[in-house]
Amino acid sequence: MKWDEFFVTGEPMIYGAMASIVLATIAIIVGLTYFKKWGYLWREWLTTVDHKRIGVMYILSALIMLFRGGVDAIMMRLQTAVPENKFLDSQHYNEIFTTHGLIMILFMAMPFIIGIMNVVVPLQIGARDVAFPRLNAISFWLFFAGAMLLNLSFVIGGSPDAGWSAYFPLASIEFSPTVGNNYYSLALQISGIGTLLTGINFIVTILKMRAPGMKLMRMPMFTWSSLITSVIIAFAFPVLTVALALMMFDRLFGSQFFTMANGGMDMLWANLFWVWGHPEVYIVVLPAFGIFSEIISTFSKKNLYGYTSMVVSMVVISLLSFLVWAHHFYTMGQGAMVNGFFSITTMAISVPTGVKIFNWLFTMRKGKITFTTPMLYSLAFIPIFTIGGVTGVMLAMASADYQYHNTMFLVAHFHYVLIPGTVFAVIAGFHYWFPKVFGFKLNERLGKHAFWWIAVSFNVTFFPLFFLGLQGMTRRMYTYSEETGFGPLNLLSFAGALGLAFGFVILVYNIYYSIRYSPRETNGDPWDARTLEWATSSPIPAYNFAITPNVKARDALWSAKYDNLPIFEGKIEPIHLPSNSGKPVILGAIFFAFGFALVFSWWIPAIISGIGILIILASMSFDRDHGITVSVKEIMETEKKLRGETL
Amino acid sequence: MKKRGSLLVLFMSLVLLLSGCSSIAVLDPKGPAARTLSDTILFSIAMMAGVLLVVYVLFVVFLVKYRGSKTKDDYMPPHEEGNKWLEALWIAVPIVIVTVLSVVTVESTVAVEKVPAGYEDQKPLVVYAASSDWKWHFSYPEEGIETVNYLNIPTHRPIELRLYSFGPITSLWIPQLAGQKYAMSDMVNTLNLVADEQGSYLGRNSNFSGKGTAHMEFETLAMSPKAYTEWVEEVKTTATKLEEAEFKSLLATSYVGRKTFSSTHLSFSPAPGDHSDHMKHKDMENGNKEHQDNKEEHPVPATPEQSKFDIVPNIDPNEPLPQSPAEDSTSDIDHTSHEGK
Amino acid sequence: MKIDATKPLEYGSEENSNKIFGFWIFLGAEIALFSTLFTVYFVLVNRYATGPNGSEIFELTGVLVETFLLLTSSFTIGLAIHSMRLGLKKPMMIFFTLTLLMGLGFLGIEIMEFFTYVHEGASLSTSAFTSSLFILLGTHGAHVAFGLLWGTSILIQVKRQGFTLATANKSFIFSLYWHFLDVVWIFIFSFVYLKGLM
Repeated sequence: MKWDEFFVTGEPMIYGAMASIVLATIAIIVGLTYFKKWGYLWREWLTTVDHKRIGVMYILSALIMLFRGGVDAIMMRLQTAVPENKFLDSQHYNEIFTTHGLIMILFMAMPFIIGIMNVVVPLQIGARDVAFPRLNAISFWLFFAGAMLLNLSFVIGGSPDAGWSAYFPLASIEFSPTVGNNYYSLALQISGIGTLLTGINFIVTILKMRAPGMKLMRMPMFTWSSLITSVIIAFAFPVLTVALALMMFDRLFGSQFFTMANGGMDMLWANLFWVWGHPEVYIVVLPAFGIFSEIISTFSKKNLYGYTSMVVSMVVISLLSFLVWAHHFYTMGQGAMVNGFFSITTMAISVPTGVKIFNWLFTMRKGKITFTTPMLYSLAFIPIFTIGGVTGVMLAMASADYQYHNTMFLVAHFHYVLIPGTVFAVIAGFHYWFPKVFGFKLNERLGKHAFWWIAVSFNVTFFPLFFLGLQGMTRRMYTYSEETGFGPLNLLSFAGALGLAFGFVILVYNIYYSIRYSPRETNGDPWDARTLEWATSSPIPAYNFAITPNVKARDALWSAKYDNLPIFEGKIEPIHLPSNSGKPVILGAIFFAFGFALVFSWWIPAIISGIGILIILASMSFDRDHGITVSVKEIMETEKKLRGETL
Repeated sequence: MKKRGSLLVLFMSLVLLLSGCSSIAVLDPKGPAARTLSDTILFSIAMMAGVLLVVYVLFVVFLVKYRGSKTKDDYMPPHEEGNKWLEALWIAVPIVIVTVLSVVTVESTVAVEKVPAGYEDQKPLVVYAASSDWKWHFSYPEEGIETVNYLNIPTHRPIELRLYSFGPITSLWIPQLAGQKYAMSDMVNTLNLVADEQGSYLGRNSNFSGKGTAHMEFETLAMSPKAYTEWVEEVKTTATKLEEAEFKSLLATSYVGRKTFSSTHLSFSPAPGDHSDHMKHKDMENGNKEHQDNKEEHPVPATPEQSKFDIVPNIDPNEPLPQSPAEDSTSDIDHTSHEGK
Repeated sequence: MKIDATKPLEYGSEENSNKIFGFWIFLGAEIALFSTLFTVYFVLVNRYATGPNGSEIFELTGVLVETFLLLTSSFTIGLAIHSMRLGLKKPMMIFFTLTLLMGLGFLGIEIMEFFTYVHEGASLSTSAFTSSLFILLGTHGAHVAFGLLWGTSILIQVKRQGFTLATANKSFIFSLYWHFLDVVWIFIFSFVYLKGLM
């Protein structure tokens, strides 16, 4: 391979990206060395097995990926803002919409959700950590290795360009000869293994690590949603693992699964992809429902309406999510019977989802609603997501879908579901739990400014797309002619995208501003909240709770505050914590090298790093971690310090 | 909250105003199949608007009534577990809505998969529509002619498009005539449509298939049966035959304009699963059977059949016939119905 | 760490029982993985194009030996765990070693079989059928191969440390894994080989 094939060349923007990557790397290295932070970084973050720190690292990565995916989005809207725009060529546009989809779903939404799960779930159930802390660190580093691998494709070798669904035969070596789709199969595979391990970890954590008295039907709704999501992960991700493995074999080793000759079957890929892909949507949406449930309940000062039906509806959604995959390709010619079946199962999902919407509305009824930033996002979610929901029902109708499929109508629909459903939720959750993790709130005034920009611009960006779809504009079109009449609405949409970007700039500025100026909280419960995570101090000590909580009611903290049902009754005992380990991060690094070598079919480095993976795994098996024990004296001192008392 | 409400109203009216400038193709059908779909869509929009209204009214009422700034400081919201009657209500009503929509869906899906109602007794005009990177090949086996990147059809006659692909999956979509369907390399899909108004309708590939997807547009010209017959005759007499070598070079060329030939590629490169005498590709034989069960084999008729509309004198003698390589024939074709653009 | 004496050693602490529970969920995910592979195989089994089909390449003798080895090894790993519960270190290690040796034998025959297939013109890239066959057998074989490495490292730890909370837990989890591979093989034997030979 020649060097000019190795690096992506010929595009000023790519050179700009390369330069910025190099500069950022140098800046980080110089900064860390200058401030002597290498040791701190290694000891406190890279080797950590603490669920809170791992959660923070997930969320930080997700924010960086949100920036990357957002830049992709702006470039796409700019390219289509006017007819026959020459800003991007077709190949570049194709790479950008592909990576936009992949990054936003797999490297932004998922890690953001998993990050919040990491921070919140063990606290909500009164646990010291997740069930397998070191496995949790492995999960994070595998995700991170996958994310870096995919992002590297932008400057080295070329990005995947066959859409995030990578339909065959388009994604085959015949029609997509660059290494882009090798990156696809390997980056997703590596981070997918991490996600699967997270799923298993959280199932065990939630089922086996709950504090005394925390019965299943007393669990906070976010924990419930995390449990159900983890179960979906455990059963959906193996399908992705297989699909990606077959893809890799087709592209690297000449197998014939999805090829056009020798019996290969392109439809098999579409089926496998969506058998994973549809449950994946619920993996990112259900925890979002959990977040909204917590926030709406907290800021209405009222318990969640219809708790049992909320749980049941999530279970029903999770089961149905495995029975609807074919609605992604009604137009593949299965005939009316099959399509009718999948139409009905798909529309059936709207019933439990509707139950949730009405339960949220009735949680607010007779409440005492305060309009904080997290609450604003949760409130905006209801009307916007409902539009996404009803258009989803419209799309579910197979016959009508023959007219919506592959059009901007579809694009508008899934952004109307995923942005209010997932993005609003993670931003709301970010604002809501920020003071828990860092001990101070994000500025409310800036937060509300950002909210209004984001909520209004979102509609300006995506509402016109419904009309563009009905006018006949398909998705993934890098250009269109003036006569089509698509111009004005696309321009409006681009204006909206700029507004969205501005909203996110305010949001990021708010983080900086609040770190500098926000008053520090003295109490662990700044929102007068209801669930257990607010019962410990903020920031949270490494051991979470000095005394194991004893739960007596559903909203444990609320009952402690207002119904006189105390949570902490025992006395302080020494606490055993797992010790840090550098092996997960090393494992992630070797997986990255392994993936990178396979992308370019460099067999010797691939074999060497493959052996490296086995060696690390073996050495982990031989490790005997005795952990560290925090003495009663240390706990007392930490608790005093966190309460602001002098020692 | 008021701020957002007024913004939304302003914005909706803006959107409606803008979209008024150009027609909404999906809701402007020119044939029975597309009309069925348009009716289904409008019906579902009406139902869903009702759902939206209920949610929005509750949302606004609760927000206005129970906002914290309005309630007394010592007001303590009650503890509510839920209400089984209310919850039953919002399970039952959506089930009814979904049931109604399911019936509509199944009926309309069955309807558009068949030859449109009222046209069942006519023999459909079979046109093979094959995609290759990045163009459309339309073969008329009955007439023995082939076009590239444009499709001429007679009005008031059922058209059976048989779709397949020489490469990645594509999707043939003529929004004003019918919904879309995939064209794939290892099977043939059937799309039934009828144009009941003369006119020029934009068709395109709606499924991303690589660099040139955005350029895979084609004109569908619905012409009177007489004009159609004349066009076929003219093609037969004036156009050249499509030889295998030329077809191969066509497949290999990324972008071509319009082309017209007086023979089809089906004789030397048959559609997948089409077990005619010319079948050469052994690798096609193992194409999976289950996906072909819903289509019967249509043997290619030896002689073109006359449709009953062929004798109806219903043409404008001045109507120009699209010829290769006429790039821009959209503007002057459509004299009778000008809603198209 | 508290040791609960009322339970077998492998379940002896909360961490241990969590690990066993987590491994059961992992096996659930593995079932999803192999189900997908079987589905792929069934979809593609008749799409052998110009290449051979199953009845042309499958040889029952080798497969029967493989089946015998793997089934027996599943029995011996059971005996190993039984010995462990009785606290008998040496018999446990013997049965464990036997298990691994039989696994090795299985893997050797499978690899030879693969060479025969390729020799007979059925390689990974011959047809969709051969691709799906190799990927299904290969995934199972890779699990066995990984099991051999993993089992060896557990055996070394048992030898060095004796039966502790950690080693007992690992040995038990390994036995679950090994039984699972056996079950998958029974499905492969029935639905790939026997059905293919019919």
